[in-house]
Amino acid sequence: MRIFLLLRLKKKNLLKLKNRDGNIKKEEEYMPKILAFLCNWCSYAGADLAGTSRLKYPPSILPIRVMCSSRVDPLFVLRAYLGGADGVLVAGCHPGDCHYEKGNYYTRRRFAMFKKIIEDVGLESDRLRLSWISASEGHRYAKVATEFTEKIKKLGKSSAKSEIFL
Amino acid sequence: MTKALKINKSAEQGVIEFLKALLENGKVKGVFALKKISNDGAVAYSLITKPNELDNAVPFYPLMPVNAGKLLSRFTLKGSSIGPVAAVVKPCELRAFIELVKREQGSLENLFFISSTCGGVYPLKMSVNGTVEKNLTKYWDAVKKGEISADLRSACKGCTEFMPYTADVTFDLIGNNDPDKQCVVFLNTKKGEEFAKGMKGEFLKKELDRKKLDKFKSKREVEKKKLFDEIDAKMNGMDGLIDIFGRCIGCHGCMRVCPICYCKLCEFESPDSEYKPSNYESDLKKRGGVRVPPGTIYYQLGRLTHIGISCVGCGACDDVCPVDIPVSIIFKKVGESVQKMFDYIPGRDVDEDIPLITFEKEEFAEIEE
Repeated sequence: MRIFLLLRLKKKNLLKLKNRDGNIKKEEEYMPKILAFLCNWCSYAGADLAGTSRLKYPPSILPIRVMCSSRVDPLFVLRAYLGGADGVLVAGCHPGDCHYEKGNYYTRRRFAMFKKIIEDVGLESDRLRLSWISASEGHRYAKVATEFTEKIKKLGKSSAKSEIFL
Repeated sequence: MTKALKINKSAEQGVIEFLKALLENGKVKGVFALKKISNDGAVAYSLITKPNELDNAVPFYPLMPVNAGKLLSRFTLKGSSIGPVAAVVKPCELRAFIELVKREQGSLENLFFISSTCGGVYPLKMSVNGTVEKNLTKYWDAVKKGEISADLRSACKGCTEFMPYTADVTFDLIGNNDPDKQCVVFLNTKKGEEFAKGMKGEFLKKELDRKKLDKFKSKREVEKKKLFDEIDAKMNGMDGLIDIFGRCIGCHGCMRVCPICYCKLCEFESPDSEYKPSNYESDLKKRGGVRVPPGTIYYQLGRLTHIGISCVGCGACDDVCPVDIPVSIIFKKVGESVQKMFDYIPGRDVDEDIPLITFEKEEFAEIEE
């Protein structure tokens, strides 16, 4: 009996939350899932700043903090993409500002190569994005998140999402 | 003008004589070359120190049992080999070895490279029942005329890098009119000249005949375009990839024979890439089904991102694929397109950095959005 009550209570609370937001309809709208690899020193702090500044951006981004954007092996991106992420964002410090001096230069080359490979095998390279966002650019982070989400929305769901034979 | 040595013997015998002389006058301690195992066309790379063991060596045999670059890296892994060794390798094998040296998986010291303009090799499967042996005359005929012999591996048919870049001496095989009577050896380096000193034959000053090689190259170019177009038509999006790689049985043979894949702890063999029961469960929930074994596309594309930049297009992966996926053509096509981005030819020069471990401050600005 107690469990039953608890469940009911939970359900009620959930409904309440939804009602309070008042955007149940909006939730039905397709919201892409975007995995973001953010560098610890710039982009993650930039994302933090966007949050503390109460800037609005879509809830589509799932951030993963990495120590440097050059830590991102192309395999991470590939795995995210094949695992059903609709988009993958890699963000780091602006060229010249890397905490480790040259990490993001390597990222840039690697990303360029990876994008070319994805293009060459006929997959959608538009689902990948590399952006430089510094720790003071909360606005830029919000802008990148919004823009990228819009772009992915236009592209629709990733073809890898429902594919069985991967 | 490069120095050259004309030997009045067939290329096959000429190279054996050359190697024997090197061993006998003590310029090298060992020879690394293909050697016949039996009469039905089975050959294997061997390290030879006795001159009379060279009698059944077949250095230019049209077969590549393993990419020699991989083998050379095995005994130069901890630094140079004990004594000087002359290695007879194909251009792609040499380039593969250079790529491995760049990755600190071998040493060029104490190695003396003998290579040739390469007419390509037959698929490994043909070596099993003596088919290669039967085709030998046809093969050398085609090489003599500067044509692409039939039945070659597709990687070889479309190979335009048949000229060695860093060999000490180069045997001129393609378009050599009199391959049964004489052959010309080009001495590209000082070491080459020094080693050839005192050899039997006539010393000349000569350049490789670019015209005839260009003609041959254009024939290969046509073949390459055909192969690339074919694969291009198939590689269109996820469905295309599943069509191509869906057959993969996950044996990872292509990785094992790849000269560039040297990692002992390969990502794709690690527990990280292993599918655990929980992975199956979550995948089933997400997709409503899962291919077993899973991760084929991840493996193939992942390997492409790891080694594509250094792929020499040797075709070893094609040779071992049990389900005949055209791995080498895909890797070569995609590889070449990324290599072009950095103006990089793998194995061209040992002092050239692998593009991914270097950078320029101002480049690829358009990549960032």
